[in-house]
Amino acid sequence: MSFYGVELKSRLLLGTSRYPSPAILAEAIKASAAEVVTVSLRRESGSDRAGQSFWSLVRSLGVRVLPNTAGCHSVKEAVTTAHMARELFDTTWIKLEVIGDSDTLQPDVFGLVEAARILSEDGFEVFPYTTEDLVVADRLVEAGCRVLMPWGAPIGSARGLNNVYGLKSLRAHFPEIPLVVDAGLGVPSHAAAAMELGYDAVLLNTAVAEAGDPVAMARAFALAVEAGRTAYLAQPLEPRDMAAPSTPVIGKAALGD
Amino acid sequence: MRIFLNDDAHDVEPGTLAAALEALGYGGRKIATAVNGRFVAAPARPVTALTDGDRVEVVAPMQGG
Repeated sequence: MSFYGVELKSRLLLGTSRYPSPAILAEAIKASAAEVVTVSLRRESGSDRAGQSFWSLVRSLGVRVLPNTAGCHSVKEAVTTAHMARELFDTTWIKLEVIGDSDTLQPDVFGLVEAARILSEDGFEVFPYTTEDLVVADRLVEAGCRVLMPWGAPIGSARGLNNVYGLKSLRAHFPEIPLVVDAGLGVPSHAAAAMELGYDAVLLNTAVAEAGDPVAMARAFALAVEAGRTAYLAQPLEPRDMAAPSTPVIGKAALGD
Repeated sequence: MRIFLNDDAHDVEPGTLAAALEALGYGGRKIATAVNGRFVAAPARPVTALTDGDRVEVVAPMQGG
């Protein structure tokens, strides 16, 4: 699997927020075997060193970072944040979020497409946080995106895949574009389900960070992602309405009346 | 002159963004900056003059999902 020409072995991308401690964050990243972690940027005062120590921790783990524009509600905000992130993290990768609704954190897909075009033309490699809408996905690809990240469910909701049909359609329409289910996953079976649909990867944060044991949950998600991918490649059965006996009927002893 | 850094008022000597950041404890730090909503790249900080009332944003790496 590759994103913008970067080959990756792990199909699990992990967020770095909401962990009980920096040490548990570091252990969870190791347990997940993630090669890409998402990061953000926030205001820092002259006396506060939290950001500096967080950056030292991430660098010590040797993972690639995918900065986000979380919390941005306008194209201007998102584009300016992306420029700050590119300089701060020394990467052209940007997880582009333009939020349209404060309750569901649903993407503002109109602003998303506009910001994606501006940033792609400026040399960014955009990972858009989007919905499963096919037409929006088309516009994002036209704007220059070579990865799409549809939501499974609202961020942090742990609801899993809200629209399996929509996600399947998206996969079928974009066989060549790396697709990542981003947001809304709660348990490893959700991640396995996304991978069984043929998705290239999943991105999650809260499901691991706020689990009772984040390190064990990170490992569980890594196993689920691998299981789901293996199952997809093994070509799973299609569901059917009626039973199909697994034990052969021919040769059964005649014991009835 | 008075500038607003991350919404907090600070009185600084008239000069550049780089000088104001140094004076306010950001010297040598991994940060990104904007002035009045416009991104100012690190190489431009020493040649970006601040004026009274400017709104400066200073951000640093942070956990994110």
